[in-house]
Amino acid sequence: MPKETLPEEFYRLMEDLQTIDFVLVELTLYLDTHPEDLEALKQFNTFSRRSRDLRQTIEARYGPLLQFGHSYSEYPWAWADPPWPWQM
Amino acid sequence: MWLYEKKLQYPVKVSTCNPKLAKFLIEQYGGADGELSAALRYLNQRYTIPDKVIGLLTDIGTEEFAHLEMIATMVYKLTKDATPEQLKEAGLGAHYANHDRALFYHDAAGTPWTATYIQAKGDPIADLYEDIAAEEKARATYQWIINMSDDPFLNDGLKFLREREVVHSQRFREAVEILKEEQGKKKYY
Repeated sequence: MPKETLPEEFYRLMEDLQTIDFVLVELTLYLDTHPEDLEALKQFNTFSRRSRDLRQTIEARYGPLLQFGHSYSEYPWAWADPPWPWQM
Repeated sequence: MWLYEKKLQYPVKVSTCNPKLAKFLIEQYGGADGELSAALRYLNQRYTIPDKVIGLLTDIGTEEFAHLEMIATMVYKLTKDATPEQLKEAGLGAHYANHDRALFYHDAAGTPWTATYIQAKGDPIADLYEDIAAEEKARATYQWIINMSDDPFLNDGLKFLREREVVHSQRFREAVEILKEEQGKKKYY
């Protein structure tokens, strides 16, 4: 989809996903050095599910986000379509 | 293997075309303590570090590639609309002569990236201390660039990256403690 047509909603949803996925990056590094922190692990699994659900919502409206078959593609092949992250 | 996601780790916005800032920022792209050095340093050290810290090096090394993409996005957005005259005024005339507006792995002074920026000693404590030092140097570099930048949108992204250096340094310090503890458990006959 050409970037001129990206609606405000796309940026809002992407920012929500960036927020959730940031929590996951932080928890991942924390758990790497605190593997027995059960509370952190529960948060990790909760946010992991939230991330997956929101990614599916975004992909259904704006196309695949993940490479190599970790996202479904509509016809025609949508993965290689712009915009790329630096073009947004 | 690695998996690309069509999304920046943190949103990158810039206020205006500003090739002068791009020239400074390229330090964190292809400089000694930049994001390329960081990613390659950690992912290369993984193979010979004790199992207890392989996960951490893998995850921080991977995050560094997301930071490299953020820096590239900043440089791209700061320079894409610049005229050759503006690039020349910003001190990027020599860059333009060789690369046009293409990004290149060199530091703010134009020195190309070299593998001698990163160390791999095979000694876990030596390697982790190198990693802690690298994070602190990168944090300081982000601060120097923020001090010279008057772009609030750019600074928002730079402050995010500066804070990540702090967290990585903390995690590496914990890794050192984990290895020391392991060492204490070992039995010598």
